[in-house]
Amino acid sequence: MAEHAAHHPGLAHHFVSMEQQKEAGTVGMWLFLLTEVMFFGGLFLAYTIYRAKYPSGFTQGSHLLSVPLGGLNTVVLIVSSLTMAMAVYYSQFGDRKKLLGFLVVTLLLGSVFLVVKYFEYTEKFHHHLFPAVGFYNPSADHPPTQFHQPVRVFLWIYFLMTGLHALHMIIGIGLLLVLIYLTHKGKFTKYYNSPIEIFGLYWHFVDIVWIFLFPLLYLTGYHLSSGGH
Amino acid sequence: MAEHTSEHHIIPLKYYFGVFSLLMVFTALTVFVAKFDLESVWGPLNIIVALTIAVIKATAVVLIFMHVKWSSKLTQVIIIAGLFWLAILLIMTMADYLVRGGWGFPAVK
Repeated sequence: MAEHAAHHPGLAHHFVSMEQQKEAGTVGMWLFLLTEVMFFGGLFLAYTIYRAKYPSGFTQGSHLLSVPLGGLNTVVLIVSSLTMAMAVYYSQFGDRKKLLGFLVVTLLLGSVFLVVKYFEYTEKFHHHLFPAVGFYNPSADHPPTQFHQPVRVFLWIYFLMTGLHALHMIIGIGLLLVLIYLTHKGKFTKYYNSPIEIFGLYWHFVDIVWIFLFPLLYLTGYHLSSGGH
Repeated sequence: MAEHTSEHHIIPLKYYFGVFSLLMVFTALTVFVAKFDLESVWGPLNIIVALTIAVIKATAVVLIFMHVKWSSKLTQVIIIAGLFWLAILLIMTMADYLVRGGWGFPAVK
């Protein structure tokens, strides 16, 4: 017991050292992220199958999305990934002020992403583009041809994939709030920053999902946008 | 005892700024390239270019932002195994769909 008392307070009793604890946490987080890869992978598979089946429906559907807003959100997420990496960097020096600052900036950028997404979704609902009963209205603002089944399939996939991604952003923001509180309380030092590093992995993963979603959903058929629509 | 934690693992900030620049440039590039009708050259060329750019961006994030370049061999093997599993999901399923008739796909006979 006396030996335990000499250990860092952040070291759980079932680990030999801080290094071992950190390695276990990192490996565990990666295993979780890989289950997430398979989770999103199923949706990417659905995307691939239906895109192969309905190429023109995907082109038409993609034209309903705003490339400037999608691009803006891509940039917002990339900057937030940088600020998260900087937060991890300063946590390694135990620089509480800078850690706190970069966590807050990351939180704000994540919120900006969700606000932009909110406006995108609202606009889609407004134009009856949400492909469910009660929202689907072929006589509304858009000509009925745009609501053929292939386009509705694209819109389902768009809402499922971006919705699941947005849910991950919301969870990430919740976790950031906890980390900001704990940082403020002085829980993290240069010797104990694992929660910051491991959360960083999650945040970057969510960024990577968007790196694929942006070209697959928004830019598909972008080269044809001058022609149709 | 535990007082010498991973100080030597700290990655210089210039790596992060490097990845950030790459991500910004490649985002602009993917939007720019998407405007060109590469499909008239070869059917799947647009999507191949878009996915290549996305894979390069994702790899940079994984290696540098997520520190995998400096991670333990165990972590790296786990990640590669996971991506291999994703490849099985995508390739085997598509291989099945693409050779079936009656689902809107050209059947291979």
